[in-house]
Formats: sequence, structure tokens, C-alpha cells
Amino acid sequence: MSPLLEIRDLRIEGRSDEEWHPIINGVDLTLGRGEVLGLIGESGAGKSTLGLAAMGYVRDGVRVSGGSVVFDGIDLLNASAEEKRSLLGRRIAYVAQSAAASFNPAHKLIDQHVEAPLRHGVAERGESVEDAIELYRKLRLPNPDEIGFRYPHQVSGGQLQRAMTAMAMSCRPDLIIFDEPTTALDVTTQIEVLAAIRDIVQQFGTSAIYITHDLAVVAQMADRIKVLLRGDEVETAPTREMLEAPKEDYTKSLWAVRGYKRPEKPAPAAGAVPILSVENVTAAYGTATVLEHVSFDIHAGRTVAVVGESGSGKSTTARVITGLLPPRAGQVRFDGETLPPGYRQRSKDQLRQVQMIYQMADTALNPRQTVAQIIGRPVRFYRGLKGRRLRARVDELMSQIELDPATFRDRLPGELSGGQKQRVGIARALAAEPKLIICDEVTSALDQLVAEGILKLLARLQDELGLSYMFITHDLATVKAIADEVVVMKEGKVVEHGPKTEMFTPPHHPYTDLLLSSVPEMDPDWLDKLLAERGVEDLGEAATGKM
Amino acid sequence: MSGWLWTLLALAGLAALAFAGRAGARLATGGAPRFRDMGFGEAFGWALAGAAVAGGVWLWLLPGAVYFRWAVTGFALCAVAAFLFRILGRHVGPEPTKRLFRQMPLTAAFGILAILVYAIVAIFAGWIAPHGQEAVLGAANIVPGGDPAMGGNPDFPLGTDRIGRDILSRLIYGAQNTVGLAFATTLLAFVLGGSLGLLAAVVGGWLDQVLSRGVDVLMAIPSLIFALLLLTIASVWAEGARGLLTFYMVLIIAVIDSTRVFRLARAVGIGIVVMDYVEAAKLRGEGMGHLVFREILPNATAPLLAEFGLRFCFVFLTIASLSFLGVGIQPPLADWGTMVRDLAQFINFAAFAPMVALAPLLPALAIAILTVGVNFVVDWMLHRSSGLKS
Repeated sequence: MSPLLEIRDLRIEGRSDEEWHPIINGVDLTLGRGEVLGLIGESGAGKSTLGLAAMGYVRDGVRVSGGSVVFDGIDLLNASAEEKRSLLGRRIAYVAQSAAASFNPAHKLIDQHVEAPLRHGVAERGESVEDAIELYRKLRLPNPDEIGFRYPHQVSGGQLQRAMTAMAMSCRPDLIIFDEPTTALDVTTQIEVLAAIRDIVQQFGTSAIYITHDLAVVAQMADRIKVLLRGDEVETAPTREMLEAPKEDYTKSLWAVRGYKRPEKPAPAAGAVPILSVENVTAAYGTATVLEHVSFDIHAGRTVAVVGESGSGKSTTARVITGLLPPRAGQVRFDGETLPPGYRQRSKDQLRQVQMIYQMADTALNPRQTVAQIIGRPVRFYRGLKGRRLRARVDELMSQIELDPATFRDRLPGELSGGQKQRVGIARALAAEPKLIICDEVTSALDQLVAEGILKLLARLQDELGLSYMFITHDLATVKAIADEVVVMKEGKVVEHGPKTEMFTPPHHPYTDLLLSSVPEMDPDWLDKLLAERGVEDLGEAATGKM
Repeated sequence: MSGWLWTLLALAGLAALAFAGRAGARLATGGAPRFRDMGFGEAFGWALAGAAVAGGVWLWLLPGAVYFRWAVTGFALCAVAAFLFRILGRHVGPEPTKRLFRQMPLTAAFGILAILVYAIVAIFAGWIAPHGQEAVLGAANIVPGGDPAMGGNPDFPLGTDRIGRDILSRLIYGAQNTVGLAFATTLLAFVLGGSLGLLAAVVGGWLDQVLSRGVDVLMAIPSLIFALLLLTIASVWAEGARGLLTFYMVLIIAVIDSTRVFRLARAVGIGIVVMDYVEAAKLRGEGMGHLVFREILPNATAPLLAEFGLRFCFVFLTIASLSFLGVGIQPPLADWGTMVRDLAQFINFAAFAPMVALAPLLPALAIAILTVGVNFVVDWMLHRSSGLKS
């Protein structure tokens, strides 16, 4: 039998600065019926472009310059608009990264769900609604009978992502393209979505292309994995083979990232004054209490990781410490002395001692200032350096973050890569010569290789300068890599708190346990084992039984 | 009734043409994707465009369509001038401007050329103009064109007005008066509205409320009527002193227009204030001045600049309309709005003496070309600044 999708020597170019630059340089891809292919690579590797090309679609400003895409005997690149229209949505479907941005907020889920079947004449509205409810049930959405009649904003992110998968399934397509469907979700939510997607794809024998940058996720989902690097294929192999014995150096380096681990530092001496203590802090936005009696200490030269799902109050804690959100009760002490609650009342020196590094380097750096201006401002502001001495200090800081001053001094943030921007953010924090740096999800927007570089840099700086870090993250792999102590937060409270080794050895608080076990591992059987452990039966089949 | 019928028939004809044309093109090219995937709407658009071009050619050949021929010729000349200007810019001057001209679209080149010409004319009006703006030269109502057979005079190529002042000279001085005042007014409106708007965005709270509600009140009153009312009061204060009245006019229009700038600056500012780099600056302990002028303003320049271009045109038109109504720039100072008003009755001659009717159209054209030119440049700047971000 011929394969469902066959891409041969596909070349795609994108237009920028009045020139065409290659995005995909001759990639081959074959997808059999019922097969799930994982497509991984860093951002900019051309994963999404390739995924869209599999639907015969290219974005604006992008063109196909060679090769062929054949879907079930139909040449998609030369098909007429009408032919494509009859295929897309019906035989080929697409699930986008952000369901929240992809659903039309003005219409109910069910109305958007039935659109494709109605347009393609696959089903009447009534049948289609019934089918939608059935799909919702199979995808383990709560209240399957009613959830479809809500608007997108009334449904949580993980549920929306599943509703979108249901929508893609509405015409029972032969092929679904999943473009990073779980990237925007919390680990605990991710599990449900992954399990739901996997079950439903298996059940209907749908072929799928699963695009992601997370190796552990793709290991759960795909039968085969294809690794892309800057528009070129690195290697393709069945999942288990690829995980056990990657052939190419690049693939090996991707695998090795997860191995980075920093030894835990010895416990601080008893009675030592912590550099920062958060004491019994309660904080609220208006009437909504977001933090309740939060207390923990950070000792000099140590890294404290604060973990939890989104909405657990991690970032709010940082806002209280920096003084952006004065607490309702409790206090923050720095080096033994109580800090005024609001940043406006703090002295210049108190402000200097605590610096922040932000998650999104794009919004953390002023796009209209050069790297030298960004880094130089705190030096000038706190130290009063000017002219040649300022320049020398900026160059010193830039070499500390491993950016060549001569090349990068006069660049704007728009001319830097994601990792370089994050480094500039770090340099700006260092420029103030602080004792404590709050790192708010600093690696979660970066590719794994780049993120590892940033973590190593932070670790080196800590050793050299004796810095303390408060490391806010939801990624437990990062915690394992660099933390000395861990604070687990849930719904504005500290659930568990202790040294890392203690935290990663049972017995845990049930929530810590849930959090820990939800982190995907590189074992292709991990999801099955986990579901079995948690006592979640293979609901897909259970639902079939009910049919 | 027959009008409706003709419209319907024409639409049906266009539709048939579109359908036949598309089918023909498909046959001729053997189903090239360009025509195979063409929607009927697009085909109809092409048919409509074709019909419009045919209509234009027909109009050109019609003996009576003098103005149409002038307009087309003028448009072509402007395009050629812009093209030549761009070629000049690409080969003369320092490397950065050469590079700028290489990426420039023709519209922007035209806009820059127009602004340059206006600026030179405005600055050197005293040297360029053959006569003074207030000089009464005797013969009144000389027809433009300088052809004695048609009632013109070679000494006054654009003719003279009702009391015998040279229109060319007044046009040239008008650039100085109208453009200069409009520029000053817009600048003032921006300083006022821009700084208050950004301040409201940064500080928020009650200051934002007071300023915003104040602006709402000002905006609730129709602006031209409001300006008229205030100017009437101001003219009493000025007690006939012309310079003072002009100053009041600048102030009044600037305040009224600054409300629009305030809204824009505040909206843009609020979007920027939530950025992490502003938070970082706040946490560094930076003062209000640094926050507004170093962190926020540079990132708000693109939309503010676009607004500046548009606002300049509106202010310019407001001054022209106020002058037209008689409360703006006072005679004998030359001003395009006043000139349109003074020469307006000649438009009635358009049907049988096109040259005579040209007189009121010239100052109107001067206003229009500058407005279009400024907008072309602003569009291009916006395009460039948004391109830099991505």
C-alpha cells in the first residue's frame, strides 16, 4: 500500500530584507497510514513550516521552490484551490499551539466544532453535535454534554486544547498535524492532553505529525522521530531506536542536555542570617487573596527553586519581594533588616541588592536601546561611572556573559537571538552588583540547548560572585539541574519546603508527588506506566465500550 | 428608472466580461494556477479595472475634458519628478541617505520631494516671490495663464485677484504663513498632548482620571465650532492686534488637537508601561523623567510620528477653514484658505473658461499636495519602523 503522505525533496524559502532565504532545504518525509511521526528541533528549524507544507499550505511571504507533497495520490502543491478546500478540514486537520488564540472567542465551542462537518457535507448539525459530545467524552473532558455550549474563555487551557483536538477529529481525518499542542500548558495538565490525544489517534487509526521541541513528549507520542536542524533533516529513526542509540552528534547533544546536573551545595551553617527571608507574607490583588502565610529563607550563595503550576503564586511572591506588590501582612527581610513594603519607599541601595531576570527577554529589554545602553544604565545609575570607565565596565560585564563586546555592543535587542537576549538580561542584573537575583522562568522560552547554556552561565556566575538565586520555574528538570533548596507552592501556599535531595526522595506531599511524576521522561513507556500507577484506565477504550 | 436599468446592465456586462475573460485565460494558458484558482470576485475586479482604464482613455479623447487631461498630466509629471528625485537621491549624497533612497517607494520619494519644495518655498518666500504679498498692483482679475488673448498678462503668470494682488506671490507667501503656523501648532499640540498622555499612562490612578475626563469634555464639543467660539472671544481680547490673534489661534487649535494626541499617547503608553523593561527601570529606582522620555517615548515614536503627519494635515486644514471663515489668518497676510474663499466665485466659470476657474483651485491644490505628500512619507516611516521590529 502506498504511504498516506509522501514529501520529496521539499524546498521552501521565506522572504525578508527583499531577499529569499531558505527555510527548508530538501527534506523527505514519508508517513504511513496510522503512523505517528514526531518532528523535533529548535525554534527556527522549520518544523512548523514543514508541518503546514504537509497540508499544501505555506504562510504569506513564504514560497515553495521545489519538491513535491503527495497526499494519498493527490499532488497538494499543484492541486487547485477547490481540491485543497475539499481536503483540508475533512481529510487533513490541524491543531495549533495555542488553542486559546485559535478559537474564535465570539462563538461557542460547539458552533465552531460543527462548522467543518457542515461545510464539507459530512454530517447534519444534529449528528455532528452528538458526535462532538462523544468525542469530548473520549477526550475525557469534564461535563462532555455541556462543555461544548460554553465560550472559549469559560474553559481552561488544557480543556481548550482537547476541544480543539476534538474539532480536528470532527470529520475523522486521515491525517492530523499537531503543532506543539502542549507547549503552553502546565506539566500536570499536559499529561491529560497527551494521554487524550494519544488514545484518540490510536483508536481511529489516524496518522499524525506531532511537532514539538520537547523530546520526552515526543517519545510518548510518536512511532518514529525525525530531527530537524535549520531546515535540514538530521536523522530519522523509530522512537526506541532513536532514544537508545542516536547516531548524529546533534541528536546526541540534544539528548545530553537533560543530563546537566549541578552538585548540591552543603547546608548553610545553623544560625547564619539568611540573605532574604519571606516571613508570613499574605498578599492580594483587590479582594482576591493570592498568597497566604508564605514563609521561606534564602541563604547566601544558594539557589532556591520555587516551583508550582501557573497561578500558584510564584511570580506574585517575586512581586512582593521586589516591592511591586506591597503585602497585606507579613514582611520581607533582607540581610536581617526589614525592607519597606513598596519599592518607592526603598532606598537606592536596597533596590540595587535585589535584581530580576525575566522570562520573556523580548519584553524585558527596551527594543530601542543598544546592548551597551541597556547594560550601562544600572552601572551609571548606581555607581555613577561615566565615559571610558563606564565603557570598560560594560565590556567587562559583556565578557562575563560570554558576548563579544566589539560585536554586540551597538546592537539592538531585535538583532539578537533568544539566548543572547537572555544573556543581556542577566548582564543588566549583574551590572547592579546585587546579592540576590530573582530568575522568573528564565529558561522556559528557550530551546533546550540554549537553556542549558544559560543555566551553566548562571551557575558559573554564582560560583564566581557568590550570588544567591531565587529560581521561579515550573520545569522540574531545571530544578533538578541547579537548585539547592526547593519550595513547592500551590494555590498561594507553600506546600513543601526543603533541600533538593530530600524533596526528590519519597515520601512526598501528595501535590509534590503529582508534580514530580508529571514531568515527562525520555522513556517511551513512561506515560503508560504513569497512567497505570495513577489508576487511570485507558479511557479511550472504556469510552468505546460504552458506544 | 432607466438609470437603475443602465447600472444593472453595466454590472451584468462586467460580470459577463469577467467570466468570459477568466475562462478565456484558463483556456489560453492551459489552466495555469494563477487563473485556475482565481475567484470570481477577483476576475470581476480585473474587469472593473479594465473598464475604468477604457473609460479614462475615452474621457481623455473627449474635447471638453480639460481638467481631466490636466489632472492626468499633472499626476504623470509628479510621478516622473518623484522618479527623477529618487534617482538623484540614489547617486548623490552620503552613503546612509543613498541606502535610504534605494529602499524607498515612489510615493515616499514624492512626499519627500513635495515637503522639500514646500519648505524651500516657505523659507525663501521673500526672495522667490516676484511681488510682495500685500502689494496691490493695479489690474484686478487677470486670468491665469499669461496669455493676453485669453485675458492674461505675462507679468502675472497665475493672474491677480479681485483687488489686483499677484496670485503667484500670494501662493508663495501662503506657504510661509499657513505651513509655518500649522507646523508650530502641531508641534505644540504634540508637546502638550504627548507628555500629558504618557504621564497619565505611567502614573495612572487619579491623575489619569482627571486628565482623561478633562479631555473627554473637550472632545465632546465639535472641534471647529469650539475653535470658532474661542477665537471669537479671543478676537475681543486681542483688540484688533493681528499678531496676538494669530498667537491665540495657534494656542486654541493646539489645545483642541492635543486631546487627540493625548488619547493616542496614553493608549500607546499603557501598552508599553506593562513591559518588563519598564518594570525593571521602576525597580531600579528611576525617576519619572527617565521612565517617560528614555524608556517609553522611544518605543512610542512610530505611532506618534504617524499621528503627527495626520494631525499636521488636520491642523493645516483647520487653519485653512478658519481663515476661509474669516477668523483665522487675517488679511492682508496671504493664506491658502483665505485665497480659496476670495477666489471661490470664479469656480462658476469652469464650464466655459477653464483657465479662469483655475484661480481658486491653485491654493486648494497646494493644500492637497502637501497633505498627500506628508501622508506618503508617514506611511513609509511606519512601514519601516514596523519592519525593523520583526
